Amino acid sequence: MSENEEKELLASGHRMCAGCGEGTAMRAILKEAGPNSIATVATGCLEVTTTAYPQTAWEIPLIHAAFENAASVASGIEAALKQMDKKGETNILSFAGDGGTFDIGFQALSGMFERKHNVTHICLDNEAYMNTGIQRCSSTPYGASTTTSPSGKESIGEDRPKKPIARIASAHDIPYAATATIAYIDDLKKKVNKALKADGPAFLHVFAPCPTGWRHGSDDTIELARLAVETGVFVLWEAEDGEICDIKITKKPKERKPVKEYLKKQRRFAHLTEEHIEKIQKEVDEKCEQYGF
Amino acid sequence: MGEQKGLTIQGNMATALGAKLSRPDVIPAYPITPSTLFPEKISEYIADGELDASMIRVESEHSAMSACIGASASGARACTASASQGIALMHEMLFIAAGMRLPIVMAVGNRALSAPINIWADHQDSISSRDSGWLQFYAEKNQEGLDLMILAFRIAEDERVLLPAMVGIDGFVLTHTVEGVKAPAQEDVDDFLPPYEPPHGKLDPEEPMTFGSLGTPEYYQELKYDQTQAMENTPEIIDEIFDEFEERFGREYNRITPYKCEDADIILLTMGSMSGTARAAVDEMREEGEKVGLAKLTVFRPFPGDLLKEIAGDADGLAVVDRNISPGFGGAVFAESAGTFINENRSPLMKNFIVGLGGREIFKRNFKEMYEKTKEAVEAGEVKKPVEWINMDEDVMR
Repeated sequence: MSENEEKELLASGHRMCAGCGEGTAMRAILKEAGPNSIATVATGCLEVTTTAYPQTAWEIPLIHAAFENAASVASGIEAALKQMDKKGETNILSFAGDGGTFDIGFQALSGMFERKHNVTHICLDNEAYMNTGIQRCSSTPYGASTTTSPSGKESIGEDRPKKPIARIASAHDIPYAATATIAYIDDLKKKVNKALKADGPAFLHVFAPCPTGWRHGSDDTIELARLAVETGVFVLWEAEDGEICDIKITKKPKERKPVKEYLKKQRRFAHLTEEHIEKIQKEVDEKCEQYGF
Repeated sequence: MGEQKGLTIQGNMATALGAKLSRPDVIPAYPITPSTLFPEKISEYIADGELDASMIRVESEHSAMSACIGASASGARACTASASQGIALMHEMLFIAAGMRLPIVMAVGNRALSAPINIWADHQDSISSRDSGWLQFYAEKNQEGLDLMILAFRIAEDERVLLPAMVGIDGFVLTHTVEGVKAPAQEDVDDFLPPYEPPHGKLDPEEPMTFGSLGTPEYYQELKYDQTQAMENTPEIIDEIFDEFEERFGREYNRITPYKCEDADIILLTMGSMSGTARAAVDEMREEGEKVGLAKLTVFRPFPGDLLKEIAGDADGLAVVDRNISPGFGGAVFAESAGTFINENRSPLMKNFIVGLGGREIFKRNFKEMYEKTKEAVEAGEVKKPVEWINMDEDVMR
C-alpha cells in the first residue's frame, strides 16, 4: 500500500458514465502518483468529464490544450521545471485516450519518447472514439461494431486488427513500457510506480472497458477487464529499456478461457457468427503463442 | 546605462539576439525557411554558454507551440520562431495560447503559404492568424526586429495584457539580409524586462489549478469577452512601454509612424520591409511637388484605428498596401482600414494595392504608380476599382 492510499486526487462528482473504466483507472493512478504531480490531458472523455468550468475534479495541477499534443505540452512542462531549478521530484503525467495516443497524438508521443523527456504517458484505452460517439480508431479490435465501422449485411464491423501500441512505444527504447488494466489494481499501481521511477519517458497502456461504447452492463466493467486478460485478448506485460525478446508477462492465465466468454457480454460483438468467433479465437491463440503462452 | 554594441547581422540573428537578451527559459523550435537561423543561433548561444535556457528540438511546429504552452503555463518565459506552413500547422495552438493568456513570444520570418510552394517574403502566414488573439508586430528593418522582440516580451507579460505576441520580419528581405544594429547591454534589458512571474498562478503542485477547462455555453462567451477586452486595453499600454523603451534606449516606436503626413493629400499605408522603399519613393515625389505622405504600421494587432484616424483622417486619399490577400475581398490591412473609418463623417477615399506576394520585388516606381492611381480616384471623386494588383508580369499572365 502506498503512502498516498488515503488521498483521493480525482474528486468524486465528475461526469463520467456509470461503470466507466477510466474513472477506476484514474483513481488508482493518481493515488499512486501522489500530490507532487503535474498532468496534461488530451481532449476526450477524461477531459470533458472532469474539467467543466468553473469546476474541476483534479486535485493536482492539470493542463488541457488540445487533442493531439498531451505529450508535447508535457515536454514543455518538463523542460520548464528542469530549467527553472526544480529538484526533479515532481511527476509529470501525460494522459490521453486511445485516439489521442494511437492516432492523432502519436507523432507528439513519439517525439516526446525520442527526446527522452522524463514524462509518463498513460493511454486510457476504451477502443474507439467514445467522446464523439463510438467511432472506430486504430485501437478498435477486429469485429467490433462502431458508428463508423458498423456491422451489416456486407460488413463484419471493424475489419482490421488492433494496433499494438505498447510494443510500438517500447520500440522507442524507452526505459519502461507496460500494459495494465483495472481488474488488477495492484498490478496497475505497481506499474505506475515503476513508470514514474523510470529515468526517462515511460508508457502505460491501460485497458479500460466502456459500458456506453461497448454496450455492456455498467456492473460488468471489472469483469470484462478480467475476462480480457483471462481469454488472452489483452496481455499484461512490461518491458524495460526497449527489451523486445524478453518482455515480462505479468499475468499469465493458468488456463485461457474461450474468447467467446469475453465477446458475448458486449453488444458491440453481438452480430458475430460462430465462424467469426472462431476466427477471432484463432487470432488470439496465435497472439498468445507469440507472447509465449 | 551600458553602451549599445554595434553589430552587422542578418535579421534572424537580430531577432535571436533580441530573444537572448530577454533571457527565455524554454525555446521549443522546429526549423523552417526562412526563420531557421533563429533556432540555429539560439542553439549556438546555449552551446557556447552564453544563454542559460532549455531548447526543445521538437518534431513539428504544432509541438513547438504545444511545448511553449506547457512551459509558459509552468511559469517559464517561452519563445519560438516559425514561418509560413509552420504557422499554419500550429494555427490551432495559437488560439489556445491566447485563450489561456500565456505571454509566449514568436519570431516570424514572414513567408508565403503554399500552393504553389514558395519560401519568399509575404505576410499571408501571420495575417492568417489575425483572429487567434495574438499581438502582432511587424519590423521594417533588423534593428526593429531586435528591439521588438524585447518589447514583445515586456508588453505580452504586462499583467494588464497577458497575451502572446509575434514579431514579423520579412523573409529573406530581412531574415537573410545583413544590416547594422545596436544591441542594448544585457543589464539594461534586465532592468527593462524583469523575470516573468505569472500573476494568476501556474502549474504548481503546491497550489493545484486546472488550465484549459471546458467552457460550456453558460461561460464561453464571457471568457472570450474578457480575453478580447485585454486586447482592446492594450494600445495605451503599448504606447506607454514604447515611450519607456525610447527613454531608456533612444529608439522611437509607434503603433503607426507618420512620415510627411501633416499636409499630405494622399497617404501610403505600409507594413514591414516595404516601408523603407515607400519612404524613398515619398521623398522623390515630394521633390517633384506631390503632397504625399507615408504611414508605417508597426502594430497590426490590436489594429491602431485611433492613430490611423488622426494621421489620415484629413487626407483625400489613402493607398493601403497589402502583402497578403483574402480572396473574395482584398488585403487585410485594407479591410481593417476601411472598418476604421466606417462611422466617420469624413473619410479618405481608399484604394487597396496588392504587392510583393511570394517575394515579388517592390520598387519605388510601384509606390509612385499607387500614388498616381489613388490621385486619379481622388480627382474623379470615386473609386472605380478598390483592389488592384501591382507589378504584375503580363507575359506570365498570358
